[in-house]
Amino acid sequence: MKIAVCIKRVPDMEARFQIAATGTSVDETGLKFDINDFDAWGVEAALQIKDKDPSTEVVAISLGADSVQEVIRKALSMGADRGVHLKTDGIPFDGFAIAQALAAEIKDGGYDLVFFGKKSPDSNNGVVGVVVAEMLDMPVVTAISKLDIAGNVGTAKREIEGGQEIVEFPLPAVLTVDEGLNTARYPSLKGIMAAKKKPLEVKPATVGEQSVNITSLELPPERAAGRIIGEGAGAVSELINLLQTEAKVL
Amino acid sequence: MANIFAFAESRGGELKKIAFEAVTAARSLADKTGGSVHALLVGAPGIAAKSSELAKFGADTVIVVEHAAFEKYNPEALAAVAAERIKSGDYKVVIFPSSALGSDLAPRVAAKIGVGLVTDVTGIDVDGDAVVVKHPMNIGKVIGTVKLTAKPAIVGIRANNFTAVENAKSGAVETAQPVGDPSASRVVVKELKLGNTTKLDLGEAPVIISGGRGVKEPENFKMLEDLADAFGNAAVGATRVVTDAGWRPHSDQIGQTGRLVSPDLYIAVGISGAIQHLAGMRTSKTIVAINKDKEAPIFKVADYGIVGDLFEIVPELAKAVKEVKARG
Ligand SMILES: Cc1cc2nc3c(=O)[nH]c(=O)nc-3n(C[C@H](O)[C@H](O)[C@H](O)COP(=O)(O)OP(=O)(O)OC[C@H]3O[C@@H](n4cnc5c(N)ncnc54)[C@H](O)[C@@H]3O)c2cc1C
Ligand SMILES: Nc1ncnc2c1ncn2[C@@H]1O[C@H](COP(=O)(O)O)[C@@H](O)[C@H]1O
Repeated sequence: MKIAVCIKRVPDMEARFQIAATGTSVDETGLKFDINDFDAWGVEAALQIKDKDPSTEVVAISLGADSVQEVIRKALSMGADRGVHLKTDGIPFDGFAIAQALAAEIKDGGYDLVFFGKKSPDSNNGVVGVVVAEMLDMPVVTAISKLDIAGNVGTAKREIEGGQEIVEFPLPAVLTVDEGLNTARYPSLKGIMAAKKKPLEVKPATVGEQSVNITSLELPPERAAGRIIGEGAGAVSELINLLQTEAKVL
Repeated sequence: MANIFAFAESRGGELKKIAFEAVTAARSLADKTGGSVHALLVGAPGIAAKSSELAKFGADTVIVVEHAAFEKYNPEALAAVAAERIKSGDYKVVIFPSSALGSDLAPRVAAKIGVGLVTDVTGIDVDGDAVVVKHPMNIGKVIGTVKLTAKPAIVGIRANNFTAVENAKSGAVETAQPVGDPSASRVVVKELKLGNTTKLDLGEAPVIISGGRGVKEPENFKMLEDLADAFGNAAVGATRVVTDAGWRPHSDQIGQTGRLVSPDLYIAVGISGAIQHLAGMRTSKTIVAINKDKEAPIFKVADYGIVGDLFEIVPELAKAVKEVKARG
């Protein structure tokens, strides 16, 4: 089996973000970056298939500036076989444009499965995986939290509002990963050493014209500071009063 | 003339609340552009009966597609028919829900049409030829203003952000056919497992009661269910600690990697208020926190906090809410 996993380098969301001087991007000074969690679960899903069938090849692909090689190395140290860096000046906001570049790379790769994350937390789009699948005319199942592959047929569980869908699909296929599918393994020391010798191919990529563009960013208004209205069950009547008269939600 | 297209989400023959929000959002745009609102309603035979409900919220035309293969979500066939209708309609804006279904469907349709899209938007406006949306990024810590320059501008709307408002229009029904054979999709939903179907959906409920590790045991969620029942319009959510432990299904998880919700009232019970949890609920209109630790970060965002033992406070609150509701 041959599996591709598309991984994105994203900032740690615990940070206090500031808007850069350009006004259209986040100031990256002091931010910590790592592989998107959803994508790490995608790598893990691929590696679990490889654990069962060691002949499986797992390829980690990331688009962006040279800095994305960090997350490719991380995937390699987890156990992926090789990496592809699609080199651009930066990561555009437009998921459609990202998808075009990724689809061009994946197209003739002969992959049986291509994993994506459900979404990236920074751009908050959740579109790249599906758009790639459509461009390559591959079946796609999104936001999966369980996966079984038997021969050329896969079964996945998809979390939906108030329940789950059990979805069947033929391989080759694209899957986007939701939380719950697995827990990503940590790179072992041995894995980190091995990763240094694994192939990481750098390919210049072009990002096409973007039809969705950020024109400005702002920090949301702070929520008014919290207020403790009392202690214990005795505070319930005051809460009811405030919900009725002040918040008007009861 | 710049018409607006709205996808009307349904499940099991019933329209979802976000269908009305999508039509309402489309209506207010159409009123600005002078165009009309076309809603797409797809389902098993019988779904056509729901078109009048869409008219009530401002649909000028309801395009109805009925086929037995649309009983469950049929992503490929649905995307095919939606893309075909949109291509043949010359729309300025196309509105999808950013629900589980809409998040799957909208990028399929955008790719078929060959344009970019913006999902999870909290505001939409037209600006000359362009369409401008508000789009929360970085787990809501940054708000983007994004310009869509391709036509149509495809957007996904966040639930509970566009209040559905009645504004009756004719809602003329136009019957359409599926594209190809909808029974021949490669991706097939074999089974739909719904929890308690009588309970409101987290994305739709005006009130959410959410429980964290402090609730201690899965059985104790009964207490939160009782409080939800007292409100009558509430759903129960949870933190990742709770869904990881298997006390509640993952689909109930609220936060960075779970659901994004913004109800009118969010009651956090035994929840510390980790940043990843806040990411999913901080835009709630009113937040109440019940926690025994007065230093818990949840109190920093709670409009009303009560410090104390949830096992004493929650039943008392349920009783009090029931009394208020009984008085009417
Ligand atoms: C990448 C990443 C993604 C994540 N995504 C999510 C997500 O989507 N959603 C999410 O929720 N979390 C998420 N988390 C986890 C998050 O960091 C926290 O661990 C989690 O939200 C804590 O859950 P909790 O509040 O239930 O538990 P705790 O933090 O343990 O808090 C329990 C609270 O209950 C209170 N308590 C205990 N007993 C009582 C009592 N008898 N009466 C009143 N109060 C009591 C305690 O004082 C405490 O404040 C994520 C973490 C990471 C790293
Ligand atoms: N620059 C990128 N390089 C590689 N994969 C990406 C990139 N951007 C997005 N992806 C993939 O697409 C998924 C969804 O991203 P998005 O549509 O931006 O939310 C991510 O979880 C990744 O799997």
